[in-house]
Amino acid sequence: MSEAVLDVSDLEAGYEPGVPIVRGASITVNKGEIVVVLGPNGAGKSSLIKAIAGLVPISRGKVLLDGKDITAAPAHTMVRLGLAFVPQTENVFPRMTVEDNLKVACGIFERRQAPARIEEMYAAFPDLLRQRRTLAGNLSGGQRQMLAVARALIVHPKVLVLDEPSAGLSPKFVSMVFEMLSAIRKSGVTILLVEQNAKAALAIGDRAYVLVEGKERHEGVASTLWDDPVVAELYLGQRPLHKDSARQTGGAA
Amino acid sequence: MNLQFVVDGLLTGSMIGLGAIGVTLTYSILRFSNFAHGDFMAWGTYATLAVVGAIATMFGKVAPIAPLSFGWPLIVALVVGVAFTALLALLLDKVLFSRLRKQEQAIIVVMGSFGASMALRSLLEFIFTSRPTYFSRAIQIAMPVGFGIRITPDQIALLLLTAALVLGVHLVATRTQTGRSMQAMSQNPALARIAGIDVASVVRVTWVIGAALACVAGVMIGVLVQIRPLMGFDMLLPMFAAAILGGIGSIPGAVLGGLIIGLAEAAAVQLIGAEWRAGVSFIILMAVLIVRPIGLFGVRER
Repeated sequence: MSEAVLDVSDLEAGYEPGVPIVRGASITVNKGEIVVVLGPNGAGKSSLIKAIAGLVPISRGKVLLDGKDITAAPAHTMVRLGLAFVPQTENVFPRMTVEDNLKVACGIFERRQAPARIEEMYAAFPDLLRQRRTLAGNLSGGQRQMLAVARALIVHPKVLVLDEPSAGLSPKFVSMVFEMLSAIRKSGVTILLVEQNAKAALAIGDRAYVLVEGKERHEGVASTLWDDPVVAELYLGQRPLHKDSARQTGGAA
Repeated sequence: MNLQFVVDGLLTGSMIGLGAIGVTLTYSILRFSNFAHGDFMAWGTYATLAVVGAIATMFGKVAPIAPLSFGWPLIVALVVGVAFTALLALLLDKVLFSRLRKQEQAIIVVMGSFGASMALRSLLEFIFTSRPTYFSRAIQIAMPVGFGIRITPDQIALLLLTAALVLGVHLVATRTQTGRSMQAMSQNPALARIAGIDVASVVRVTWVIGAALACVAGVMIGVLVQIRPLMGFDMLLPMFAAAILGGIGSIPGAVLGGLIIGLAEAAAVQLIGAEWRAGVSFIILMAVLIVRPIGLFGVRER
């Protein structure tokens, strides 16, 4: 319906040569959408978005951002190109204040723009304003996730990519994080996220892909995807996904 | 008790502290103990000495600046020496350390730095011989400043220079985007890249700052004591002790650690005997590692 912001085609990627974890995956994220990537443990969800973000070596395929080829661009150039990534864990600098965490991310644009951008983030996340002098390592799980997202948004990315934003959070914070993402989308940001917490993610998502063994096997409208019999089959035996999903580690998946 | 050891200790401590800043930055950002850091000191000092010699042949004898033992040639030479040492460190990183870092095992890089240290030292001995030399053989009269303490104009000037440099580096590290990038790299290199920080440029800045301060510290030793190919290597243990005492990664910690070790060494020389000088930094290092392994300003790794 609308133009693709992120267009991934036939992507093959993995940490070691000859051992692909992502095996020819193709996904598209259109402007203003929230797209969710689901899949059983070890399906390569995390590796897929890490490869997109330049963190896992790509051996085949293409990643286009706004039509521009960004395949395997160095990770530190991604924010400049317009792709901001929020890792699952260790996504803030623990021994820096909240404000310095935001300032670090301001290195890619002109210095005089930084104060306005930081104020903009404080306006969107008032909790961070209250905690601006707190060391990020001392924040609660939810606030830390908020800071990680603010750090990514401050560069005004074309697409915000998140690796399991709800992982490891208590239920109260899980709903807070999804409400936050929903609000961010309403402000016009395009979002791609990987989630184990399928139900909550589909509730805020527009479209979803189910990734199995490194390849997308199913694509559908988020609101009806959960009731699709094909999806149940793909998940075979792993149905209660929303429970106990936090233990999955970022590196292996 | 004679309080002269306070001045001696502060001076030694300044040299150790300036060197320890480089050690602590290399350790926290590049994640290895650089045993060649002392040799940057010696190379910087000899480079400065060579430039002083070149200026002397070009301009003849230049009168020192009023109460100091040196004139503008040394100041100019120091600037050249600092640039030379920074380039040396960058070159060494390019041909050696950056390749070894790819193996992602700190011990390989540490051993590489050990080899580089020996090679650099031998090369200095080869070029300049191991005979000690001096920037100036003039003897300065130390002025009494009360409490039985005497201090020379050179010493005052170098203490002030140390204070200015430490303040400058501290401000760069805490108030600038470059400094924040360095902190980010030391805390989480992967996230630093994701946040748009160019790791290669942070690495370069780290080498330049560390090597520049090493050169200044070396020249201080040259002005106040003497110049020898082993001068930097001999500083290695006190520098590491200072960096660890202050807490790895902390610039104020490295300087404070340096001052404490310098004062302790000077006090030991006066109270116990000169042969204990070198042992003091070792004892302090052991005590810190046992009592408070994270150091004065250190932060526990998560």
